[in-house]
Amino acid sequence: MSQFLDRLKYFKHIKGEFAAGHGVTTDESRGWEKGYRQRWQHDKIVRSTHGVNCTGSCSWKIYVKDGLVTWETQQTDYPRTRPDLPNHEPRGCPRGASYSWYIYSANRLKYPKVRKRLVKLWRQAKLKHRDPVLAWASIVEDPAKTKEYKQQRGLGGFVRADWNEVNEIIAASNVYTAKTYGPDRITGFSPIPAMSMVSYAAGARYLSLIGGNCLSFYDWYCDLPPASPQVWGEQTDVPESADWYNSNYIICWGSNVPQTRTPDAHFLTEVRYKGTKVIGITPDYSEVAKLTDQWLAPKQGTDAALAMAFGHVILKEFYVDKQVEYFTDYVRRYTDMPMLVILDEHEEGGYTQGRFLRASDLLDNLGQENNPEWKTIAIDEQSGELVSPNGSIGYRWGEEGKGKGKWNLKQQTGQDGQDVSLLLSLKEHHDDVVAVNFPYFGGREHEYGYFQHTSHEAVIPRKVPTKNLTLADGSKVKVACVFDLTLANYGVENGYKDQNCASDFDQDLPYTPAWQQAITGVKPEHVINVAREFADTAAKTKGRSMIIVGAGMNHWYNMDMNYRGLINMLIMCGCIGQSGGGWAHYVGQEKLRPQTGWTPLAFALDWQRPPRHMNGTSFFYNHSDQWRYEKLHMQEVISPLTNKDKWTGSIIDYNTRAERMGWLPSAPQLGTNPLNLCKEAEEKGMDPKDYAVQQLKSGDLEFACLDPDNPQNYPRNMFIWRSNLLGSSGKGHEYMLRHLLGTKHGLLGKDLGEEGAEKPEDVKWNDEAPEGKVDLLVTLDFRMSTTCLYSDIVLPTATWYEKDDLNTSDMHPFIHPLSKAVDPVWESRSDWDIFKGVAKRFSELSEGHLGVEKDLVTIPMQHDSPGELAQPFGIKAWWKGECDLVPGKTAPNMVVVERDYPNTYARFTSLGPLLDKLGNGGKGISWNTQTEVNFLGELNQRHIKDGANKGRPKIETAIDAAEVILSLAPETNGQVAVKAWEALGAITGIDHTHLARPKEEEKIRFRDIVAQPRKIISSPTWSGLEDEHVSYNAGYTNVHELIPWRTITGRQQFYQDHEWMRDFGEMHCLYKPPVNLKTIRPVLNQLGNGNKELVLNWITPHQKWGIHSTYSDNLLMLTLSRGGPIVWLSETDAAAASIEDNDWIEVFNVNGAIAARAVVSQRVPEGMSMMYHAQERVVNIPGSETTGTRGGIHNSVTRAVMKPTHMIGGYAQQSYGFNYYGTVGCNRDEFVVVRKMSKIDWLDDDSTDALDAQMNEQEK
Amino acid sequence: MNFFDMLVFGIYPYIVSVIFFCGCLLRYDRNQYTWKAGSSQMLTSKNFRIGSNLFHIGIIMIFAGHFAGLVIPYEVWDWLGISLPAKQLIAMGVGGFFGVLCFIGMTILVYRRLFNPRVRASSSTMDTTILLLIYIQLILGIASIFVSTGHMDGHEMKNLMSWSRYLLTFRPAEAIEFIGEVHWIYRAHVFWGVTLFALFPFSRLVHIWSVPVKYVNRNYQVVRQK
Repeated sequence: MSQFLDRLKYFKHIKGEFAAGHGVTTDESRGWEKGYRQRWQHDKIVRSTHGVNCTGSCSWKIYVKDGLVTWETQQTDYPRTRPDLPNHEPRGCPRGASYSWYIYSANRLKYPKVRKRLVKLWRQAKLKHRDPVLAWASIVEDPAKTKEYKQQRGLGGFVRADWNEVNEIIAASNVYTAKTYGPDRITGFSPIPAMSMVSYAAGARYLSLIGGNCLSFYDWYCDLPPASPQVWGEQTDVPESADWYNSNYIICWGSNVPQTRTPDAHFLTEVRYKGTKVIGITPDYSEVAKLTDQWLAPKQGTDAALAMAFGHVILKEFYVDKQVEYFTDYVRRYTDMPMLVILDEHEEGGYTQGRFLRASDLLDNLGQENNPEWKTIAIDEQSGELVSPNGSIGYRWGEEGKGKGKWNLKQQTGQDGQDVSLLLSLKEHHDDVVAVNFPYFGGREHEYGYFQHTSHEAVIPRKVPTKNLTLADGSKVKVACVFDLTLANYGVENGYKDQNCASDFDQDLPYTPAWQQAITGVKPEHVINVAREFADTAAKTKGRSMIIVGAGMNHWYNMDMNYRGLINMLIMCGCIGQSGGGWAHYVGQEKLRPQTGWTPLAFALDWQRPPRHMNGTSFFYNHSDQWRYEKLHMQEVISPLTNKDKWTGSIIDYNTRAERMGWLPSAPQLGTNPLNLCKEAEEKGMDPKDYAVQQLKSGDLEFACLDPDNPQNYPRNMFIWRSNLLGSSGKGHEYMLRHLLGTKHGLLGKDLGEEGAEKPEDVKWNDEAPEGKVDLLVTLDFRMSTTCLYSDIVLPTATWYEKDDLNTSDMHPFIHPLSKAVDPVWESRSDWDIFKGVAKRFSELSEGHLGVEKDLVTIPMQHDSPGELAQPFGIKAWWKGECDLVPGKTAPNMVVVERDYPNTYARFTSLGPLLDKLGNGGKGISWNTQTEVNFLGELNQRHIKDGANKGRPKIETAIDAAEVILSLAPETNGQVAVKAWEALGAITGIDHTHLARPKEEEKIRFRDIVAQPRKIISSPTWSGLEDEHVSYNAGYTNVHELIPWRTITGRQQFYQDHEWMRDFGEMHCLYKPPVNLKTIRPVLNQLGNGNKELVLNWITPHQKWGIHSTYSDNLLMLTLSRGGPIVWLSETDAAAASIEDNDWIEVFNVNGAIAARAVVSQRVPEGMSMMYHAQERVVNIPGSETTGTRGGIHNSVTRAVMKPTHMIGGYAQQSYGFNYYGTVGCNRDEFVVVRKMSKIDWLDDDSTDALDAQMNEQEK
Repeated sequence: MNFFDMLVFGIYPYIVSVIFFCGCLLRYDRNQYTWKAGSSQMLTSKNFRIGSNLFHIGIIMIFAGHFAGLVIPYEVWDWLGISLPAKQLIAMGVGGFFGVLCFIGMTILVYRRLFNPRVRASSSTMDTTILLLIYIQLILGIASIFVSTGHMDGHEMKNLMSWSRYLLTFRPAEAIEFIGEVHWIYRAHVFWGVTLFALFPFSRLVHIWSVPVKYVNRNYQVVRQK
């Protein structure tokens, strides 16, 4: 009734007690509850999801009241599964349920914002110059002016602006940059298209039309497991979570399923009711450990040692001591184990492992005319003859006539189609048994003694049966089977009385269970038991053993070894491609299911090809000048069998070599403006490509990568959208602040010049390090993230409840919409509308500056294209005269692309004519897509006004864009699926169309998925099937449809034969310890504050109270967590440095410093410190004592370090593909100094406010 | 009878008390979500802890002192054996001490409210007004101590105590007799003090009603009965 009258009954309101008086019951008025009840009322419910990179892709109900989003709950209307499989629901997690908080929070971006100093300069410049492009030129050509705003980045000072003004600044700077420096000086970074594919496509389409670079993210995030391309020629393909339920033995290896795969975790608990045994392998006592039957805790970073020991047990017990027919048959058909490898004589005696034997090595190319260099050789068991079995990559490209249709895994010879059974081992058929030298890395010492080494020799000879061959050139060689080499590599005694191979698990020889204990700390009997159960289950169930793995293991420098270790276990046990088995690697939402429908939209392939792609890691490593500080020498990490003189120079030198040889892409590409280059060529009457080749050969032109610190080669303009680059994924955060942005930073180390250390060989060194390479940084976000804080222009985007978009995940087969529950609030706009607006202004401003221009684009040899057969033997540098510069063969391909700058907007908003002409496709196949283009013209309607896009189908709205994706993709259009399978069948010689026929007439449209999530249609883009009988599982069509893996042998590869792989000793999987990054010594005990300093390994896992780059600044999540940055420490370490729980600690090394609170926990093993990923520097972070600047983020103490084996290109599966292969930004080998802070300075004096007040005064 | 005195010290306080009680009641009943202290600590905490604490300790003690002086009848003090001069001395000493504490605290808070751009930008007019009014009242109060040193016998104080006694017992005509002759500074202080009560319901001062005293010994769980 009355609040006040109720209060008058204060002394009477207690009505009862409970819990011994600790609780009381009252009869107070419940009127106050009305506020809450109204809060949760709603007028309508709209389906949407969250575009996070969390793999959830959960369907949510969004409740709307009075035009405001009030809350959200999980949708429960997924299509039902089969009778023997639990349903998908409930999907969703507390983090998703807290999302609507953002929409109306103080953190929400409501208006476009510009850095005040920049907009002041802009408005002054506009008074002098009517033309915005000239106005922009007048600012950026004056270093004093650019410094004025660049050094303010990250220090606040945004003012509200209107859309017209910001669009004009952005467009003017883009026009100026493209005209002055080249369009490839404009770059965009946006990750994970599957999160919200139309939003990704918006920016990528704009950039691709104007010739800007799109950066890859999967490799930069270090989620890309290079082991997958190496072994399978596949970026990543994994089972859906429902397939866990089909498994009979699961190892959760470094994947914290309940915490990071929350909506899927129910399948893991449900399958345990069926009796499936679950093993947890994590270095810390993570949440998954409690869901498992047994927990093994190897020291972090030593997983490969454990995997090698598992493999040792499996090989010995299931291949040597006894044979399992299922296993031997599987490896014979589906792996490279029968393939022959040439053994090279080693200078110091014995043999080393060389490359695969090829048809071209043999007399008359073994009857192969097409690509004999790319056809691997095995021995036929019956005849004992050398054969070139179907399926190797040489059969994939360029076959004509009778050679056609042999790229398959039928057990037949390529020569004559005879049935064969390949000989697995030479044990019974050898000419000789020779000592082959195997490199051993486990003896290398760790700089802080944290990782243990063993005392075995660096080179270990082991006995292998061989055959003698005479090659076509007359030379005599010894060859061995991969199977025999694998046994020797794992140190398994195979009857040759080899003292370096173990006949007993207790022998301390690499790689026995006893050997691994010294390194990992896991008891040998546990290793033997788990390996035995794992393989035995697979043998009995035909491959239903599974390993669920998280990216943590992939974040080490030698990630390939960790991953290949466990992949080998799965292949040995025949688990890949079988329901309930396989490699379940879940890191992020990389599975863009309707990919081939999306690529034309995203990269404007409907108007011009090719787009400019760049691998993110190399880009950031180069342009944030992390290479200027590189202390890891390749000579420290190569194989002991490799000549060290070959591996001089710095990491960046190898990257530039890879770029020049056409292995990796470049951004910027050439050391000059490609538009001017084409003009010069025209003036000289030459083809731009020939002109560029001539200039490169003469040395008048260089690749931009050779001089990244030259102002001509700066990445001048950057767009960041759908990403929190600087608050999350930016390894080497402080380097980015200093060099890329030119603002206040916390770097504590010196560069190579200042240290007088050895500098790069090929790359030009400037003594003065550049600061502030980026002229304009534009970020689109819905919240004020760390990245926004450092940007020049911040554009407010629609949240996930305010836009129309598409979302898919690898965890389930459904395609989801994001849909507009409410219009974008305040002045925010969807990404699609934002880039449309920029494109429009760009088109207008380009008049008079840019017209129809020719642009020379360089592209590396692409995977899944004939270019992947470019370099079969040896590595030749054209710039050293070792070979001629042949674009597409010994150097990147070069293509002239015609851009119509004033019609950028017209092209952006319509579907271009190239699809009619060239069709559509992906992953090496293509099909005619005229029907779909015509259909889109009817559905979206056509442009009718005169102009560059007259008659073309419209793509005006985000829904139009979504319909383009859905219509063109085989996954969402049954007719296209049939066409795609037909196209593949032409290469494999097998009819696969039965996989899509039943769904031929099924067409998924945007409104369909808004009504209910829809299951996608099986397509050859993916290696698993979506049907009513099996759950999606990677490699399923390889095994069951005999489609080869896209590797050199066409099979799963235990063996890697590229020269650089061999130089790194990685032809087989083996154990390599973490590398020494040398980041501690210069700061340890030098910057004392009186407290004891610890040296700990730095681990940055994904968190419980935040997902990827979003959510950690959400009030609800902060409340559940500790409300600010935290670092986990073990009790032992904390006690040693007198740190108590919740103390403020500082974490630092030469890369920078972090201030955070300590969480002291038994969960963490000694020597490890953990900081959850992406804790924004905007929440509760005090100043650091060492750097004097605000405490930093988890990447403030890291720096990217690259591995040359990831740069390999032009070599079958090891060829570049966007987000498929390339350098990977690893970060877990890092160590940090940890100590208690003595003074907490919040740096919240009023100095910056005063600064702004002063500026206000001046303006008046 | 002086009409001005009657208006200001005889009638005005009654009008104010109606505003004060009805205003608080209505606001409490109708606008629960506005019933708050409106802290600006999150905007800047620099010197806030010291300033706010000094101010609050000072003002609470001063409030208690005024209550003791103006509401408790002087017979009670007599009965306790505290003579008038002694009482004045205690009032001057204790009041002076806490007055100074409060003054230091308020100076910090006033400076902060006026000159910190973040706090200033988020302050309502009433936030600033009420702070400045209390500041002026405090200064008047401290100034009155110096006046009091001129007559240590306590009769001026007794006059003021009488004024409040008659006023509280609804005899304004008698009440104003006692205030007509006192020093202007006391009169100003009294007027200003009464005025504060008028603004009380419209400002953040309402939080005084809701000091969470019971929180100290509250049961761990308080739930509604079924």
